[in-house]
Amino acid sequence: MNHTVSLTINGQPASREVEARLLLVHFIREELNLTGTHIGCDTSSCGACTVLLDGQAVKSCTVFAVQATGKQVETVEGMAANGLHPLQEGFWEKHGLQCGYCTPGMLMTAKAFLAENPQPTDDDIRWAISGNLCRCTGYVKIVEAIQHAAAKMREDQTASDSAGKTQNEEKVPS
Amino acid sequence: MTEVRVTTPASISGMGHSMKRKEDPRFIQGAGRYVDDIKLPGMLYMDIVRSPYAHAKILNIDASAALALPGVLAVITGKDLQKAGNLHWMPTLMSDTQMVLPIEKVVYYAQEVCVIVATERYIAADAIELVQVDYEPLKPVMDPFEALKDETIVRDDKEKKTNHVWHWEAGDKAATDQIFSEATHVVKEKMHIPRIHVSSIETCGMVADWDKINSHLTVYMTSQAPHAHRTVISLVSGIPEHKIRVISPDIGGGFGGKVPVYPGYVCAIVASLVTGKPVKWIEDRSENLQADSFARDYHIEAELAADANGKITGLRVKTLADDGAADAAANPSKYPAGLYSIGTGSYDMKAAHFEVDAVYTTKPPGGVAYRCSFRVTEAVHMIERMTDMMAHDLGEDPAQFRLKNFIKKEQFPYHSPTGWEYDSGDYHGALQLAMDMIGYDDLRKEQAEKRARGELMGIGISSFTEVVGAGPSKDFDILGIKMFDSCEVRIHPTGSAIMRIGVQTQGQGHETTFAQIIAEELGIPASDITVEHGDTDTAPYGLGTYASRSTPTAGAAAAMAARKIRAKAKKIAAHLLEVGENDLEWEVNKFVVKGSPDKFKTIKDISFAAYTNFPQGMEAGLEAVNYYDPPNLTFPFGSYICALDIDKGTSEIKIRRFVAVDDCGNIINPLIVEGQIHGGLTMGLAPALFEEIIYDENGQNMTGTFQDYLLPTSIETPLWELGKTITPSPHHPLGAKGVGESPTVGAPPAIANAVVDALWHLGVRHIDIPITPQKMWKILRDHGVTGEE
Repeated sequence: MNHTVSLTINGQPASREVEARLLLVHFIREELNLTGTHIGCDTSSCGACTVLLDGQAVKSCTVFAVQATGKQVETVEGMAANGLHPLQEGFWEKHGLQCGYCTPGMLMTAKAFLAENPQPTDDDIRWAISGNLCRCTGYVKIVEAIQHAAAKMREDQTASDSAGKTQNEEKVPS
Repeated sequence: MTEVRVTTPASISGMGHSMKRKEDPRFIQGAGRYVDDIKLPGMLYMDIVRSPYAHAKILNIDASAALALPGVLAVITGKDLQKAGNLHWMPTLMSDTQMVLPIEKVVYYAQEVCVIVATERYIAADAIELVQVDYEPLKPVMDPFEALKDETIVRDDKEKKTNHVWHWEAGDKAATDQIFSEATHVVKEKMHIPRIHVSSIETCGMVADWDKINSHLTVYMTSQAPHAHRTVISLVSGIPEHKIRVISPDIGGGFGGKVPVYPGYVCAIVASLVTGKPVKWIEDRSENLQADSFARDYHIEAELAADANGKITGLRVKTLADDGAADAAANPSKYPAGLYSIGTGSYDMKAAHFEVDAVYTTKPPGGVAYRCSFRVTEAVHMIERMTDMMAHDLGEDPAQFRLKNFIKKEQFPYHSPTGWEYDSGDYHGALQLAMDMIGYDDLRKEQAEKRARGELMGIGISSFTEVVGAGPSKDFDILGIKMFDSCEVRIHPTGSAIMRIGVQTQGQGHETTFAQIIAEELGIPASDITVEHGDTDTAPYGLGTYASRSTPTAGAAAAMAARKIRAKAKKIAAHLLEVGENDLEWEVNKFVVKGSPDKFKTIKDISFAAYTNFPQGMEAGLEAVNYYDPPNLTFPFGSYICALDIDKGTSEIKIRRFVAVDDCGNIINPLIVEGQIHGGLTMGLAPALFEEIIYDENGQNMTGTFQDYLLPTSIETPLWELGKTITPSPHHPLGAKGVGESPTVGAPPAIANAVVDALWHLGVRHIDIPITPQKMWKILRDHGVTGEE
């Protein structure tokens, strides 16, 4: 029996009739043709398939598509909505990728992590990405890339806070 | 020399610039295009039925239930392949044969037995469960030493009923035996470099698309060597080579695992021929770990001799190579054990002799696929362990012992006792820098203090010599094809360019570094140069990327092609400036009239003129192609020092510091070289402490998922500290050498030496890698070391 999966993917609604056993990663790749999310193992070990489900990083090979119904799904394709995301910039700037296969999963894991911990130590980052395997980089430059992004995001936050403050001040009637 | 040479401004970004990678925008935005991302109209899916036995007769294959499943279109067995023109066997790169699909028996666990073709991936996966195969189990042959007794024959398809595959020797046996008879000190050790698996995060796969109307085959393939694979496909299938197009799109890591031709590839092509539809086959991780090419599995017995002054004089090595069920190493050298005879390493000695025997067992075939230039890793591990053992036995400091025994800078080019000509080196400089960086003397003091307190701390050194860049045609070929590589460069009228190369990136950054080579040679900004590769219809013939060969071969071809263009550009510049060619000199991106710096033509001016205003009699255009057959291999080297602590309570090995000094000659892109070294070191850490493919006595693979086969995560991987020296290769046009594999070759003995160094005073002389926590715990227990309880 097929089931209807209706969800929001990168801000857009999507609805498909699928088998109950269809994995979310196959739903994203095959039904929605978003091939930035990759498959690297069958045991939730490698993290190449990591996406955000209502803001939480999940390994989409271990989630059924039907479990995502009614939820917000975010994939790597949704990151650069307003120009490159600071994490994307960081990975490019610091050479945080080589073959690029683990990169989308790393980016999604890092995005959820920085939302929780905007000022991480290198060790915090290493623990945060420990569920994502990379065979090319030795992780050193991935850690640098995420630090680069964290710093940029803190700067952006400070800038928007002070802009907001200025705006509020302006609103105060004289 | 430790400074990277830079001759162009950042706006041009020739060699030495840490240019951000040109390929990255697509990868960071999810727009990479890997084989599994390819979807063609009407595409079918293939899945593979695999053997549950390591050794068994096939009595019957009944696929009727599978064929009855809606959506299943075909089953293909060995018998079907036999009828289609004896496609059930295929040649290996080592002049052996390997089954595509079996008819009589299976010879390894997870061997391909038959394939199913269906309309959907999930249906194909369902169908393989419905295929009934009747087996009669035979005795598995798992121990290579037992295999030599020939009690059970693995390859009874062969005329000679023996498991022995080949015997090979290098060096001078008589001279070596003489050295040993005169030696004052001899150390002897047995070591096993176990079977490991490359495990790129993308597995292997293919989309095969047979076009019946035009009798044309297009394959999208996880291929490190698309041209070589096209030739193999043509030779095996009989399809004319011009009717085959192999496209290797973005590749999610290779490391040698995407060099061999696997049965799945052949079956996917046959499935497309049979159904007339495009067919996709993508391995899952367990299939990849259980059936694809492995690496290592050398059982080594080594002896090292020294004179009364502690000077190394000779090396004698006997080795048994466990080949699995076929000699299918991706080793294009003319030597069955590859470059193993490089094992005299960085040390000047009088004589050496290597003997290797290979044997069949009921394990998957393969041999070298793990970021290694054909058995160099085994050789380096052996010599670096033996050197360390000798130093410890003589009571000498391992660093001082190495400095005393190194080949000296002035001895290069150095002729090794096994016949290699090392191109250049400065081994003292590299080790001295590593010692300075890590504070070697202070570490030794700290170790002595800790040892007095009963704590376990070890310092390990590895001073390796690599040999990469396959390769000179005197040493290498694939099916007789010489191992040149190629580059084609075409300059457009407006001064931008396209280049095509015969090598294929799997993350090494060729789209950036190859553009930088042209930028260096012609002054065209690297950002204005498109680099294409991986499509056999457009790229010039090349032998692919592995064994750190791209820079030594295609990198040289790029420089040579650019120099041809520069020679023509000079004629055009002379014509434009109305001077003789001898009046011109080249400066970064322009030809300048000697003594008149304001009179010049830039490469951009010249490019336009090549199409609009060139000398009479000259052909229009500005392009060149070069096929480069290197005169020698390149010999990168380095010295690594690892400092680690062993927790007596938990047996945890904690790498505190790891300093890696590499010398890969002149550097094209320092950022990319650093990335290569970081990755290579991590793939050296992996087999040193974690990774090993393990079989039980029945031949079942006990490490068939990432839950059991442990790749290092960000937690186990230390913060690598890098240093460099630069000793250019004298024969490479850019003075460059390969780099990708050096750290994978150099790192394991540094770690193993450090662990043994921590335990030497307890009577531990040698530990086989991987030194897992379980192994460490047993050793500590056996030597009476326990935590404070």
